[in-house]
Amino acid sequence: MEAFIALLAIPLFGGPFLWLWGDRPSAPEVNAGFSLATFAASAWLTAEVISGGPITAFGEQFFIDALNVFLVALTAFVGFTTSLFSRPYMRIERDKGKMTGPRLRLYHSMYQAFMATMLLALTTNNLGILWVAMEAATLATVLLVSVYRTAASLEAAWKYFILCGVGIAQALFGTILLYFAAERVLGAEGNALLWTHLNLVKADLEPAIMSLAFVFLLVGYGTKIGLVPLHNWLPDAHAEGPTPISAVLSGLLLNVALYSVIRCKVLADGALESRFAGNMMMGFGLLSVVVAAFFLSRQRDVKRMFAYSSIEHMGLVTFAFGMAGPIANFAGLLHMTVHSLVKSAIFFAVGHAAQKAGTQVMEDIRGLVKVSPTVGWGLMIGTLAILGMPPFGVFASEFLILTTAMREHPWATPFLLLALGVAFAAVFSRVQPMVFGDTHMKPLAHQPALVPVFVHLGLGLLLGLYIPPYLAAWYQEAARLLG
Amino acid sequence: MTPFTSQVINLFASVLLLIAFAMLAQRRIVTLINLFAVQGLALVGSTVTVAWATGQHHLYWSAGITFVLKVVALPLILHRLIRRLNVKWDIETLINIPTMMLVGIVLVVFAFNLALPISEFSQSIARGTLGIALACVLMSFLMMITRSKAVPQVIGFLAMENGLFFAATSATYGMPMVVELGIALDVLVGMIILGVFMFQIREQFDSLDIHHLEKLKED
Amino acid sequence: MNLEGLLAQLLAAAVALVGAPLVTGWVNQCRAWLQNRRAPPLLMPFRTLHKLFWKESVVAHDASPVFRITPYLVFGCMLLAALIIPTLSTNLPMATAADAIALVGLFGLARLFISLAAMDIGTSFGTLGARREMLVGFLAEPAFLMVVFTASLISSSTSLATTVSALAHREFTILPSLAFAGIAFTMVSLAENARVPVDNPTTHLELTMIHEALILEYSGRHLALMEWAASLKLFAYSCAGLAIFFPWGIAEANDHVALLWALPALAAKLAIGGFLLALIETTLAKMRIFRVPEFLATAFLLGVLALLVHLLLGA
Repeated sequence: MEAFIALLAIPLFGGPFLWLWGDRPSAPEVNAGFSLATFAASAWLTAEVISGGPITAFGEQFFIDALNVFLVALTAFVGFTTSLFSRPYMRIERDKGKMTGPRLRLYHSMYQAFMATMLLALTTNNLGILWVAMEAATLATVLLVSVYRTAASLEAAWKYFILCGVGIAQALFGTILLYFAAERVLGAEGNALLWTHLNLVKADLEPAIMSLAFVFLLVGYGTKIGLVPLHNWLPDAHAEGPTPISAVLSGLLLNVALYSVIRCKVLADGALESRFAGNMMMGFGLLSVVVAAFFLSRQRDVKRMFAYSSIEHMGLVTFAFGMAGPIANFAGLLHMTVHSLVKSAIFFAVGHAAQKAGTQVMEDIRGLVKVSPTVGWGLMIGTLAILGMPPFGVFASEFLILTTAMREHPWATPFLLLALGVAFAAVFSRVQPMVFGDTHMKPLAHQPALVPVFVHLGLGLLLGLYIPPYLAAWYQEAARLLG
Repeated sequence: MTPFTSQVINLFASVLLLIAFAMLAQRRIVTLINLFAVQGLALVGSTVTVAWATGQHHLYWSAGITFVLKVVALPLILHRLIRRLNVKWDIETLINIPTMMLVGIVLVVFAFNLALPISEFSQSIARGTLGIALACVLMSFLMMITRSKAVPQVIGFLAMENGLFFAATSATYGMPMVVELGIALDVLVGMIILGVFMFQIREQFDSLDIHHLEKLKED
Repeated sequence: MNLEGLLAQLLAAAVALVGAPLVTGWVNQCRAWLQNRRAPPLLMPFRTLHKLFWKESVVAHDASPVFRITPYLVFGCMLLAALIIPTLSTNLPMATAADAIALVGLFGLARLFISLAAMDIGTSFGTLGARREMLVGFLAEPAFLMVVFTASLISSSTSLATTVSALAHREFTILPSLAFAGIAFTMVSLAENARVPVDNPTTHLELTMIHEALILEYSGRHLALMEWAASLKLFAYSCAGLAIFFPWGIAEANDHVALLWALPALAAKLAIGGFLLALIETTLAKMRIFRVPEFLATAFLLGVLALLVHLLLGA
């Protein structure tokens, strides 16, 4: 309980505090300190949940079980490492004149606010509050995407705001319908939107209402996951915002949005007793994988390319959850974890690479290994990991998803294999000359923070080779919850 | 339930629908803001009627929040914004209003057909209006698609929220209070952020035309 | 057909023939007052008609028979229209012959012949007027039909007499659909009767005129019939609007006392309606001809909305 209060209170307090702290030289360290404290609270909470089982708080308004606690831990962890990475990154940006004091102040306080909204979305038991938190997460990041105030970044942020705003409005309609269905069973008390209560009576929910509600919820939160054809905001926001924000958007926000969908899917499955929800998710997921893979080869901007790669992977996870069953769910959860770790590591490396080259255009970034071997190798290993090379974790989860698909939905396998192949060819052929090859770039003024990159990649490797038994038990428990 | 109260609710629902159409065709930004305020007022009216007819006291609170937020605060912010941005008398050239109207009518029919099987389950006295609510949402969506200026797009966004709120009262007796407060907070914060954002856009492009924001495309 | 019905029908015809120029005179009078002008006498239209009937009719050399028969045909159409609208009583033998859709058809027929006659002579004004008239009519007719359908759906009959008695006898309910239909109907009437803001009945400005351009070549008794037909049209529209939206005071079948009261009630309603029309005409500016389609599209939209609101909400 205390752990949980600390988890939400620290970033919630951190936002205003950093705003008041202002543009002092120590602000990045304070930011990292808050993130570290959040991570510590999440670790404490995780320990509590592992030892004592699911907990609820504040009159069941909050609920932490096996499914969301690992996402909470992951979110807090990546949030912490990203804040470490952003210390030197933002100092370099400031030296270049791209960031100013007031903008850094906004950046730091919004960073904490963003962490708070994501943790709120993950831990709330109330589906209405979940919506509020998802919308708040959009609001917190929209000014971060436009923080450079360039024409392109303003456009990206505007697109992000409008498209996600419209999308999330659909989710609100879905939530209203869900409440409507729930109210008939649970009465008009305040707990008709509480997921734990809904989960108990899900078989009694009216199927006609639930199917429509799920369509709206999937479209709404699917916009935030970046599912094709609702993905238009995603590459722009990732490419034009500052790199730490790209890392948390890709690594965390998409996960949180997907988490919202799977929570709703559990209810829809219970009410419908058909594969309707799963089939819809499979359809959207497969479309995202294929379309994103083909768009990958057409990119010139490195961050944009990896944004499309995020769409591809999120599509894969959505597909996995759509297939359902213990193995597919297990694979989906594992893939969420490793994708989050590896993708944020890649963005860290890419961020420093782009700073060195002074551009995000891939043709102008060459020979990273010669200038800064750590950045170069970090990018190379990260790319191999995200493309599903063994022995990284992505390989393990993709292997599980593919084998499940082959067994249960053989028609989908050729599309998945084709998409993965295309993605491999596209990304690898771009990254290889960026890392190796001739160069005339100069070293950076500040020592880049590469510890997070290798920590993330190390964890990704570890998950591919060996999943600790308590983690595996945890995944299985969560997969069982998903049905 | 007296038939008279449901008649009053139907009246407010049709006013909402009418305003949704009027917004679709309105060229002037100032009038658009006023229409938005009137839409908010109709929403307050219908919420109060439902609250009065059913004795659901929390609906009075949500009507109050709606009044403060959507009839007073947001229109005021918008009026200030357009004055500060100097776009008060801007007139947007809308192409093909009749076509948009026809699309709007199709949307109304579609929305109603979508909502029909569901509203039968509703116990709310305003259940017939669920289709209207969905139609308002879809039409605000259409308005956002067809506008090329930033402020009208934002008004479309807010009008969509109005439609959703109306859906909540017509399907059930409003969402739980804590959720409604959260939504209201989000809308307010969103509006403030958008205001900041519009200044940034104008600073960059010297105009609030969204056509400037179409550079990022796939090659 | 009983005797009573026949009498009521004859009375309606007499009221229409006499009332129509009176309404026109009243509107002109109100307009003059509102514009701070000295008003022409109320009976001015009668004097004009009288004068015109005694004048010689000049017809162009190459005018075809269409040109000659049109005034009679148009006058006949308008009179018939006035007869099937329940102005005083709903017990009208003629009303069984034609319903509200036929009413729209009658107006359409009159419009067709006016336009043909205007083009018949081959002057440029006639053609221009005919084209504009067709434009207005083409857009106004569907809007009018939507209004008619809404009223018919509410009363579940397209017969005007049944509609009016159904509407007059329902218990008090708020019907937003009827309100929308009322606004749409007002807009259509303004356009169809060549009033401001669509057309100005008092000018001969070639850039803007519609109705006057159509009858420019007529003179003498032909012109008198045309003018009378125009005022009959205004009368018919006013009565139709009053009957559908303010149906109180119209007599039922076999209700003699009510029939006595119906005439003063109609006069009062027409007086108020005429004043409001004059008020609209004074406060609004005439719009450019290119904006007329938009105006009528709005009317159509309101009509459709009325229909939708009725179908969807049952209100």
